Amino acid sequence: MTTTTTERTGSTADPAGDPDPAPRRRRKGSGGLGSYLLVRFLLIFPTIFILVTTVFFLMRATGDPITAALGGRLPADQLAERVREAGYDRPLMTQYLEYLGNLVQGDFGTTLSDRRPVLEVLTTFGIATLELTVYALIVAFIVGIPLGMVAAYFRDRFPDAVLRVFAILCYATPVFFAGLLLKLVFASGLGWLPVAGRASTGTEIELQFLDNPTGFYLIDAIQTGDWEIISDVLAHAVLPAIALGLLTAGIFLRLVRTNVIGTLGTGYVEAARSRGVAESRLLRKHAYRPALIPIITVIGLQIAILLVGAVLTETTFEWKGLGFQLAEYLQARDFVAVQGIVVLLAVIVAVTNFLVDIIAALIDPRVRY
Amino acid sequence: MATATSVPTAAVEPGTAPARRRRSWRRLPIVHQLRQSVGLQRGMLVAGLVLMGVFLLTALFAPLLAPYEYGQLRDADGLFGAQQPPSGDHLLGTTVGGYDVLSRVIWGSRTALYVIVVALLLSIVAGVLLGLVSGYFGGWLDRVLVVIADAIYAFPALLLAIIVAIVISGGQSSLWGGILAAAISIVVVFIPQYFRVVRAETVRIKAEAFVESARVIGASNRRIMLRHVLRNATRTLPLILTLNASEAILTLAGLGFLGFGIEATEAAEWGYDLQQSLSDVTSGIWWTSLFPGLAIVLVVLGLTLVGESLNDLADPRLRTRRRVADQEPAEEGEVAAVPGGALTRGPAGVGGLGVTVAGERPGTPASAGATGAEPAEGQGAGPDVTGRDGGGTSS
Repeated sequence: MTTTTTERTGSTADPAGDPDPAPRRRRKGSGGLGSYLLVRFLLIFPTIFILVTTVFFLMRATGDPITAALGGRLPADQLAERVREAGYDRPLMTQYLEYLGNLVQGDFGTTLSDRRPVLEVLTTFGIATLELTVYALIVAFIVGIPLGMVAAYFRDRFPDAVLRVFAILCYATPVFFAGLLLKLVFASGLGWLPVAGRASTGTEIELQFLDNPTGFYLIDAIQTGDWEIISDVLAHAVLPAIALGLLTAGIFLRLVRTNVIGTLGTGYVEAARSRGVAESRLLRKHAYRPALIPIITVIGLQIAILLVGAVLTETTFEWKGLGFQLAEYLQARDFVAVQGIVVLLAVIVAVTNFLVDIIAALIDPRVRY
Repeated sequence: MATATSVPTAAVEPGTAPARRRRSWRRLPIVHQLRQSVGLQRGMLVAGLVLMGVFLLTALFAPLLAPYEYGQLRDADGLFGAQQPPSGDHLLGTTVGGYDVLSRVIWGSRTALYVIVVALLLSIVAGVLLGLVSGYFGGWLDRVLVVIADAIYAFPALLLAIIVAIVISGGQSSLWGGILAAAISIVVVFIPQYFRVVRAETVRIKAEAFVESARVIGASNRRIMLRHVLRNATRTLPLILTLNASEAILTLAGLGFLGFGIEATEAAEWGYDLQQSLSDVTSGIWWTSLFPGLAIVLVVLGLTLVGESLNDLADPRLRTRRRVADQEPAEEGEVAAVPGGALTRGPAGVGGLGVTVAGERPGTPASAGATGAEPAEGQGAGPDVTGRDGGGTSS
């Protein structure tokens, strides 16, 4: 069949049938690793440019942010005055070019509701989101990968059935509902864990007095060396991390299962089996490692899902990160801030996809086309 | 399972007219997979179909099933009262706003269905058309569209949905405003997915001999696209459709949860109800969040089960084969598995040879499937296993 080759360049052939993992690019010349990296790197810019442009024009399609935020609350003439002050009455293209110019210089604008530079909001709250995402990824790895191997080992038998239903439940459950359930059971029901927040008030004050706080609460807590503070921070992180982590764990589980089943059927595993290697050792040593490569490529897409999940998880747990702020600004109809946060998240996703593609290319030469 | 693929089967096995008609309904998307599946896989598919059926029926008959209206606050006995625990009058209790939880859960299915239908119809039409044109004609238009689709594809869906919701409704929504906002924001996110799939298939099919011959005969581009390419390129759509439907529900709920929901007086929406219940959870009130959440989970679960089953059944390496008398594979069967194992790695996968070859299960003797499965079904299933899946094995 001649289709195989065309197909591989046309779209990523994904064994799990997921929507394609990281967006891959078409062949641009047949160079080695160097030119692949270069082309892949240069492709970030059109991606980001398209995203920024799309967001800008979409947000402006209905009017300027000031009218959106204050319309109806101020008399028309005052409103027009404010709009003129902010420069929103100029032609849209002028504003767009100015916006692009500012972005290049790292100026994301100033929020309307609390008059802070958007960049400052992003850096302050971004770290909290990063912290949550890291925890969630850890949960996803710990839960997803071993369970996926177990499911592959017991393929089509009872444990596999249970695990597959568990995996589907993981991503069928909206993160905020998972969060609410966890809160109901472990926080307000059993009272084992705190209901919301990143730390208790006492701890937060304590952490403020550090010489150079990173904003990454666990690192800060370790800096204090106070065991009570560390455990307080960790206790607050457990439920949000599980809520968000399970979402990705389900995807990892399914992916590992599919790929381990795939590699278990390949020639070298057959060869090892015929040599009398034990079935469990085949799983651990032979089938497992190649099955992890697709995970690395999928992590790129997972980052996007995790970030969106983080937005919802943070709202559920009052975890004061970017997502929590995004929801607040949405309520306040502060669309300058919303635009800034959305653009930043989009850029993060584009850059991670790039990094993941590179890692995948380093690990697996076939990716380089 | 496009209609075109049935031609070779019919040619190989002419059969009588009634027999062919009987086989043709069996080849309908869902029916075919249902017959093809066995054991656990069939169980999952059936469970998914049942959940979807319940969801559809609930949505269609919401006015009959729901005890109250979604926006109803009082009946003959006066106000319902807020946060009432489940009781005889209100089987699932009342919300913080004083609405009946059961009624809102039932009415919510209708809103969800509206959004799914509108979103999928729009995104399929747009995505398929763009993919077809882009893949068929190629050139600079193709390249531009691919870059744009890739950029949007990388964009987190919910964020894009938020932006579009702001644009369409300015944040506050009536029933149809809210539904359109949710649906259109989902459409924008989904178009690239259909675009990519259909485009890739189109590029592949364009090179096939039958397209070439159609062109030689003098068929117009439009005719070739619609008649020869489109029908073959839409093979994988049912699968994406179910997965996207579940994503549509989750996006709608996410929007609602972030405060872009449809107002309680306009329609019932599960995500909005969950947002309203946030504060209840802290004080231990469980009924306001549990039931709308469960509704989301069950619907998404049903859609995902169907989608996953379809996916597994389309992939020869994941499809469970029928075994002789359902016997467990014998231990010594591992030796016999080698020829079967080798077959999976062929360029077209096992699919090229029909499902009757027991290819992918190492423990199954190669002859088991050949004698166990119905031969006729194996031939019907052959074409729908794509070369693409086979290519995936080696890449």
